[in-house]
Amino acid sequence: MMKRTLLAGLSAVALAAASGAAAQTEVTIGVLNDQSGLYSDLTGQGSVWAARKAIEDFDPAAHGLEVELVFADHQNKPDVGSSVARQWYDVDGVDMIVDVPTSSVALAVNELTRERNKVFLSSGAATSDLTGKACSPNTVHWTYDTWSLANGTGKAIVETGGESWFFITADYAFGHALERDTSAVVEANGGEVVGTVRHPFPGSDFSSFLLQAQASGAEIIGLANAGGDTVNTVKQAAEFGIVQSGQSLAALLMFLTDVHALGLDVAQGLIFTEAWYWDLNDANRAFAEEFAAANNGQHPTMVHAGVYSAVTHYLKAIAEVGSAEDGAAVVAAMKEMPTNDRLFGEGEIRQDGRKIHDMYLFEVKAPEESQGPWDYYTLRATIPAAEAFRPLAEGECPLVN
Amino acid sequence: MLELIGVSPQMLFGQLMLGLINGAFYAVLSLGLAVIFGLLNVINFTHGAQYMMGAFVAYILLVVFGVPYWGALVLAPVIVGAVGIVIERTMLRRLYHLDHLYGLLLTFGLALIIEGLFRARYGVSGQPYPNPLPGGTNLGFMFLPTYRGWVVVASLVVCFGTWLVIERTKLGSYLRAATERPDLVQAFGINVPLMITLTYGFGVALAGFAGVLAAPIYQVSPLMGANLIIVVFAVVVIGGMGSILGAIVTGYALGIVEGLTKVFYPEASNTVIFVVMAIVLLLKPAGLFGTAK
Repeated sequence: MMKRTLLAGLSAVALAAASGAAAQTEVTIGVLNDQSGLYSDLTGQGSVWAARKAIEDFDPAAHGLEVELVFADHQNKPDVGSSVARQWYDVDGVDMIVDVPTSSVALAVNELTRERNKVFLSSGAATSDLTGKACSPNTVHWTYDTWSLANGTGKAIVETGGESWFFITADYAFGHALERDTSAVVEANGGEVVGTVRHPFPGSDFSSFLLQAQASGAEIIGLANAGGDTVNTVKQAAEFGIVQSGQSLAALLMFLTDVHALGLDVAQGLIFTEAWYWDLNDANRAFAEEFAAANNGQHPTMVHAGVYSAVTHYLKAIAEVGSAEDGAAVVAAMKEMPTNDRLFGEGEIRQDGRKIHDMYLFEVKAPEESQGPWDYYTLRATIPAAEAFRPLAEGECPLVN
Repeated sequence: MLELIGVSPQMLFGQLMLGLINGAFYAVLSLGLAVIFGLLNVINFTHGAQYMMGAFVAYILLVVFGVPYWGALVLAPVIVGAVGIVIERTMLRRLYHLDHLYGLLLTFGLALIIEGLFRARYGVSGQPYPNPLPGGTNLGFMFLPTYRGWVVVASLVVCFGTWLVIERTKLGSYLRAATERPDLVQAFGINVPLMITLTYGFGVALAGFAGVLAAPIYQVSPLMGANLIIVVFAVVVIGGMGSILGAIVTGYALGIVEGLTKVFYPEASNTVIFVVMAIVLLLKPAGLFGTAK
């Protein structure tokens, strides 16, 4: 509806020393995400800050690099995202696009990046198709995906007895992928899917869909949506007494900012899977402290941490290759080097473009257990890296032979 | 009979009820728009932002000043209405002699500014607002939360009250006369500019009132108005621009149509209203309750 101004800004981050005579390798990184809509708290300016921070910490000048950072709003629309990406690649000399929440937009950017032989590092998008049918030698899927969410949350719930499921699904690429991957996990573990309803994206009133879920008699209502949609669904489920009447909610994708928006009264007890939480260790806490100081006290989500980690590894690879020109060559170098950074620790990137690390199963604390704002999660289980993501052979990625 | 179309009666009644509840919001919001358009000839695009402000004022009253829901239900519309009056006095007033389009552009711009300010301050995820009437009643075919029942009652009272004032009282007759022949009404010694200012303030206050009603149901978020305003405009167009009764009846009716769509073909539930709008405009360009001038 409202066409907001697109190109938000151009900020030269490291206009670099250039003291020596050696020519600097120029790199331009573009953060493309939701700057104004329902995903802008969990991605948005926080991701721009994280990318900038990663560049600063890397010290480009010492590695002979000159790095510039730009960002833009894709408004969660594939056409808007594609036209920004095209402008960036063709005119503005952007070498790498990072973040891109909203799976439909990410899939569009994925194709364009392959055509132009650039690099796409997705932190915000969820669909496991990015490393499956749509996998590309120019793309790395960094933080999480629908398969890993389904595998973490779906399995944990079926194992504790939630066998019949009803899905409330956001009607676009992401919701469909999350529903598909979770259904597979539910059925593989002996559960069954009794029904599903697809709501327009974004939505605001979910009571009608909740009532349909209630009528289905399923034990578990799986929410295959995200951000503000999930927040409103959970809130309205509380209002309609869904949980009191014996059904349980499974929020398949939940972010720290969503829990903050809901408040612990409503969110307590929800179980879900994430790739990163700020209060897991000292390194994460230090990052969160800096992040909060720069972002009105908000704490970083796993998407923000993923952007930091992805940009760090990308710059290492560029320093190794010596040029950002050939995107496929840069991604090949990224896959060869093991990943290691202060937020995600050691890991690797698979042949299909999947970044591999541990995932975590969290439970939201009750209000009396929380020390204050942003202290929200209790760690229930760590899913080891080897089991956290879809096995290479099952993804149908043409790059895997 | 109902089983033939694959829906149980419980389900159908439940969805009709939910449609009625959503229709209650459409009715209050489109009523405000219809009052403003009918009496001022201004297409108030700020309406969605003013609805959002109503919810935020209620939230701020609660968090900062400790004013509970029932206090906010009175105070927030007054505050939002007062902001509306300032806008009318300082800006909108200067555009009355120009084409509708200028008023539309001004109010649209204001909506973007107001939403941007709230977004910068509060982010988009929204703030939680506690439900003042928790619990509910089992109606047999569905569980009706007490608060949703209250929303329908409050909306019916406000809508009917407004219709009564405008169509059946002396004050209402002045207002209607002033829209037809402001010069003549002025000549009878009635302060027409003041009346117009207060009318705009009242229309805006209705938006604020709907915002307070919405606060405990939806997240109090800067985006809440933008999501709703286009639908509400469609409601006003279907009902007939400026028709008070049309706005009210169409608001409830379209809530129900939307509710039914969510059962039979949920994917289309956010477009069905525009399909209805297109059909109505083809068959009756002035809207269901409008009269062609």
